[in-house]
Amino acid sequence: MSEANPPASYAAATDDVLQRILSMFQFTPQARALGIEVTRVEKGRVWGKAPYREELIGDPEHRVIAGGVLTTFLDQLSGTAAIAAMETPTTVATIDIRIDYMRPAEPGRDVLAEAHCYKLGKSVAFVRAVAYEDSPDNPIAHASSAFMVNSSGGRKFGANLRKKS
Amino acid sequence: MTTTHERVAAALARIPYARFIGLRVDLKGDELTLVMPFGDHLVGNPMLPALHGGVVGALLEMTALTQLAIASKTETFPKTIDIGIDYLRSGRPVDTFARARVVKIGRRIANVQAEAWQGERGQPIATLHGHFLTPEEERGA
Repeated sequence: MSEANPPASYAAATDDVLQRILSMFQFTPQARALGIEVTRVEKGRVWGKAPYREELIGDPEHRVIAGGVLTTFLDQLSGTAAIAAMETPTTVATIDIRIDYMRPAEPGRDVLAEAHCYKLGKSVAFVRAVAYEDSPDNPIAHASSAFMVNSSGGRKFGANLRKKS
Repeated sequence: MTTTHERVAAALARIPYARFIGLRVDLKGDELTLVMPFGDHLVGNPMLPALHGGVVGALLEMTALTQLAIASKTETFPKTIDIGIDYLRSGRPVDTFARARVVKIGRRIANVQAEAWQGERGQPIATLHGHFLTPEEERGA
């Protein structure tokens, strides 16, 4: 059994950053639909959990969770690490993400992951992340990604609802 | 052609996650398009609102896997070795389409590219390139 709902700890993250991170997860419909959550936040580093669920299986024969779930989980956690690296939180958008799969996830077990923003620039943040069940030394997948910083600068609420000219 | 369509649709329908994100198959001749109808649960940024990049990536990966399964004449989906996804535009809250091209099927590894778009085919919102274990290699492993 993996640890059930480890208590969230938020060492070294300011209240502002923390609030931003918690609400980002809370208000992301796809994160809620998958049941993914943040379990720990430090400056530039976040840990999270994606619970195993039958409806998220990608390989019915072996009952392995779909790669797409890990893509979403690692993308979201990596973006969160970028925000957790900031003094003043702002929005980020994924420029690109590369995911290497070392092995299938174990059926029936939650997937854990940690992400580290190792360089935060003015325009771009660079993040790596690893997914595993027990230890990052036995990884399921590794991701490296780049994020645009302050991605929604100037764009208003509902910008995507308008027809593009 | 009907048999390919049925085979692919049936194989996809057996995947719970494909149902979770609402994937549909559109096959005309040997041209496969996967359709991901918009759903509220697919949103990543509710303020714009925009689709979650991860879901767009998942659509692209499923399209690559399906196209490769067809090209390899197997109902078993290949295993992913690695994928790289480039995001070009934010995904608007409308239906999304994806097509994949098998660049090369080697003895052990296949190389596949995929593209996702919404209103206009010529304005992709994201592209994927990936490497997958060929079914032959999996069987031998």
